[in-house]
Amino acid sequence: MKVHVDMNLCQSHGECVVVAPDVFELGDDDVLRWKEDVPEDRRAEMEAAVDACPMMAIRLED
Amino acid sequence: MERVVVVGASLAGQRAAHSLRGGGFDGEIVVLGDELHPPYTRPPLSKEILVGSQLVSDCALPLRDLEVDWRLGKRAGGLDRATKAILLDDGDAVGYDRLIAATGVRARPWPGPGGELRGVHTLRTLDDAAALAAELSPGRHLVIVGAGFIGCEVAASARKLGVEVTMLAADPHPLLPLGEMIGGWAEAMHRGQGVDVRCDCAVVALRGNEGAVTEVELGDGSSIPADAVLVAIGAVPNSEWLADSGLALDPGLICDETMTAAGDADVLVAGDLASFPHPHRPGSHRRIEHWTVAAELGALAGRNALLEAGERVPYAGLPYVWSDQYESKIQSIGSPGEADRFEVLESTADRGRFVVLGLLGERPVAVIAVNAAKRLNWYRRNFSQLDDRETIGRLLAAEDSVLGPPTEVMA
Repeated sequence: MKVHVDMNLCQSHGECVVVAPDVFELGDDDVLRWKEDVPEDRRAEMEAAVDACPMMAIRLED
Repeated sequence: MERVVVVGASLAGQRAAHSLRGGGFDGEIVVLGDELHPPYTRPPLSKEILVGSQLVSDCALPLRDLEVDWRLGKRAGGLDRATKAILLDDGDAVGYDRLIAATGVRARPWPGPGGELRGVHTLRTLDDAAALAAELSPGRHLVIVGAGFIGCEVAASARKLGVEVTMLAADPHPLLPLGEMIGGWAEAMHRGQGVDVRCDCAVVALRGNEGAVTEVELGDGSSIPADAVLVAIGAVPNSEWLADSGLALDPGLICDETMTAAGDADVLVAGDLASFPHPHRPGSHRRIEHWTVAAELGALAGRNALLEAGERVPYAGLPYVWSDQYESKIQSIGSPGEADRFEVLESTADRGRFVVLGLLGERPVAVIAVNAAKRLNWYRRNFSQLDDRETIGRLLAAEDSVLGPPTEVMA
């Protein structure tokens, strides 16, 4: 699946980093970086990241 | 169990409904909400909605296709636990097998004279935000009573729009629970942006002319002219509908750490309404009005509603809250309101970014970061290891993304 983050919405809360630190990380500039391709067997975890984001900035695509 | 009813259709209620379905419940889920708006997220109401950078539609919470019966515009007026029914204000009753109470809080209204005047606002709902936004034109004078998160965020939004702002803090500094250091920093920031910040300020009355507010009267006899007033003095739980239910209210709904209401395993509670056991003070309860905590408690209550009382999972989250004011972001984990002192742990040389530790005696109880999201995240992931000041020093010495040695944050 593809992980999209709308960087116009992201405010670097880091909730997604808490959920999946190997997929999402904050750089030294506090800007989010993430892996766009995540194996399908981690869908529940990615959905948890979607839910955790206070800005509703994360979207998953099949 | 055939039907779970969630009372309250904001974040905690939405998360409870998702979590019930996600937990495999195939019965009926009914969510009752008193507002007509579909469920929405509230943080943008004091910021993006006021300055116009987001639309109302951007605030909608995702409602996934989960076969949830959303009944909006329905206000709960009572609870009859003997017949297991929620009594609605419109005379209907909705039966339940299990109930999740998530009716949240409302803005505390102005308790003194003048609350009924036109131009006096509180901010909790989308309708409140729309009404307040309509007041914020350049050159008008907004007086904000209260200097907590809502007061400070609205002050920042209003300044962006060219509104003249006076902010009245009842306490020695804004953002009281974050301590004197962060409060003093915030006060200086607001002053630097042109806000007239007054601390230790007693407001006596809101005065008006022909039904519209014109000034705010202070305890020292002086008055401040106002085209509009925002009353931002906290929130009160929406628990009146439970008053005759026999459940224990304080006035939040008292529950155990599994969000089960005291004395009734078929009633759970989530969100700002929940008064749950205090982690540092055995025997006492607290409510937390943070977005993330409401989301976590909603999800937990949904999951636990599917389990029997002895199997339910306790809340183990670390409270997180943030505030955006001007270009600065304040983030906090733990319980800063419990701390009896604060000290700077790390800072950039220009003091534009820093991290503060809150201690209760020798015990770390909170970390607050200003413009340091990556660092806050580090403390969050390591919070359970932050046993004392010495341990923190050792961990920081081994960490290479520390901002820099602590410097005094007040310029």
